[in-house]
Amino acid sequence: MNWLETLRTAADAVRSHRMRSLLTMLGIVIGISSVVLTVGLGLGAQDKVRSQIDALGSNLLIVSPGSSTGTGGVRGGFGSAATLTLADANTLANSAVAPDVSRVAPTTSTSTSLTAGTTNWTSRIVGTTTNWQQVRARTLTAGRFFTANELADGADVTVLGADTASELFSRGNPVGQTITADGTTLTVIGVLAESGATSSSSSTSEDDLAVVPITTAQQLSGSTSNAVASVYVEAKSADLLSAAYQEVDAALLTSHDVSSASADFSIATQDALLATANSTNKTMTILLAGVAAISLLVGGIGVMNIMLVSVTERVREIGLRKALGATPSAIRRQFLIEASLLGIIGGLIGAAIGVVGALVLPSMINQPVSISGLAILAALGVSLGLGVGFGVYPASRAARLTPIDALRSD
Amino acid sequence: MSTSGTRTIIELAGVRKTYATGAAAVEALRGIDVRIEEGEYVAIIGPSGSGKSTLMHILGCLDVPTEGTYELAGRDVSDLAEAELAHIRNREIGFVFQQFNLLPDMTALRNVALPLAYAGVYGAEREERARHALDRVGLSDRADHRPGELSGGQQQRVAVARALVTEPSMILADEPTGNLDSVSSADVLALFRELHDAGRTIVLITHENDVAAEADRVLTIRDGRITERAADDAATKAKVGTL
Repeated sequence: MNWLETLRTAADAVRSHRMRSLLTMLGIVIGISSVVLTVGLGLGAQDKVRSQIDALGSNLLIVSPGSSTGTGGVRGGFGSAATLTLADANTLANSAVAPDVSRVAPTTSTSTSLTAGTTNWTSRIVGTTTNWQQVRARTLTAGRFFTANELADGADVTVLGADTASELFSRGNPVGQTITADGTTLTVIGVLAESGATSSSSSTSEDDLAVVPITTAQQLSGSTSNAVASVYVEAKSADLLSAAYQEVDAALLTSHDVSSASADFSIATQDALLATANSTNKTMTILLAGVAAISLLVGGIGVMNIMLVSVTERVREIGLRKALGATPSAIRRQFLIEASLLGIIGGLIGAAIGVVGALVLPSMINQPVSISGLAILAALGVSLGLGVGFGVYPASRAARLTPIDALRSD
Repeated sequence: MSTSGTRTIIELAGVRKTYATGAAAVEALRGIDVRIEEGEYVAIIGPSGSGKSTLMHILGCLDVPTEGTYELAGRDVSDLAEAELAHIRNREIGFVFQQFNLLPDMTALRNVALPLAYAGVYGAEREERARHALDRVGLSDRADHRPGELSGGQQQRVAVARALVTEPSMILADEPTGNLDSVSSADVLALFRELHDAGRTIVLITHENDVAAEADRVLTIRDGRITERAADDAATKAKVGTL
């Protein structure tokens, strides 16, 4: 009996016991669909983080107050650490100090309630300089960004993020209207285009904010402190990023008069941020994939279990086939192919469910899910391997049956 | 094949079969010498426990003797491995069982074609030969029916067609009428007679005297030994009837 023939026999056996075949495949279906989904969730989370970090701008260094830990990891600045000031930003902007830095944008950030007419909306007030728009690579859908004069004067003007604008002014053009923040009336002079970063959290949203001149922000908070939350530093090109990093580091160490071991600031690159975020994601993905792998293993054992039952149930058929001239290897092949078929069909159904889940899930849990062709192929390969691997034992049991014993039982 | 009586199909010499069940060894066959020529119609009759089934298994190459030799169609098969026995069964023996043993999910035609699949006959030739065998047993109009859609007698005729399809050296029928009513039994026995008349070698194993009487030669097995007599001897027939 050739392979095609054996395949047909196996397909007949799978088809004639539909319910049992389905139940056998169930474990593999669940395993494969969860592998496809967890890998998809992991990749989706990575894509999301990348888009958020890319949306910060390009060739960026982000200087934050507070010390950095030894390697890679960044410890957030302490609340009281007002170690980064406008003066630092000015130092870095000096081309004699840091020749590979093109632009510098210091920012402050406070959460405030904004009012437009009768509408209230809690948002983030970001105080910064005129460079912010270029450094963060933001465009405007309406109006203009504030000018150097407005920055110098501490003018009561603001540029709203896209989400903030639509929350406060559901109808009409916000430009030229006024909003109130902490008792100060600000005139809306522009609206930012959407950043492109997908973020579910409002505290980090790049689309829900009100940008004001940093001088205005100081007046709003009533503080005379020159402390800033972060300084965005743009290198002249991607190639000069590491040179710029060295210059910024050296300049700040000098001006703060500290050694690098006791630095009171930290510098992060986009790559470093990405690596930190991804390492967390990766742990989660590995954990989930581990759970999925265990369910695949259980599915494989299910296949073996049912195949053993099937061999016992079909001793008569096996005996007859042997009497008619089936060699032990022909019988072994028949049952191996049957098990592989169950595995591969289960894998296909599982992959299909995984793909459907990946298409449906994002709208339900607000998490992007990537469909990875490689993961699907690997999952199918694994399910075929499971079928073969867990089919070996039942198949050799069937092959070892003697035709007499097999024919005798009734 | 066509010249009857010129070739020895079965030659058993000093065949013994011992089963070791725990400490006690059961001797099912105690020295059997049988020779069956091509074209013969032989019945083997015996009560249960006589060693009849064991003899059938050895004749059918489903088992090998513990002692002695078995030559089937000129080849010594007493000591072959399972894979070789499978090939011998496929080529030399056509089985007919009491339970018909048709696969329920296949049509009559595919059931008949099954031995050809293991013989490596494919495609149009296989279908052609299977149809021819079905035609032979008068069931060409039932080719696409499943066993469940056929009567017992028809199922057994499909089984006979399956036994014929590889053109084996002999047909080995194990209680072929055991599950049939008298009409179907007569039907199947008439078919055997017809095949015998066409030159087939038939070995029929039964415990029923009137079935055995259909054969030209009857071998009686009792306690693992064979005694032989002619079936058409009326006196013996009457005597066997009283057993």
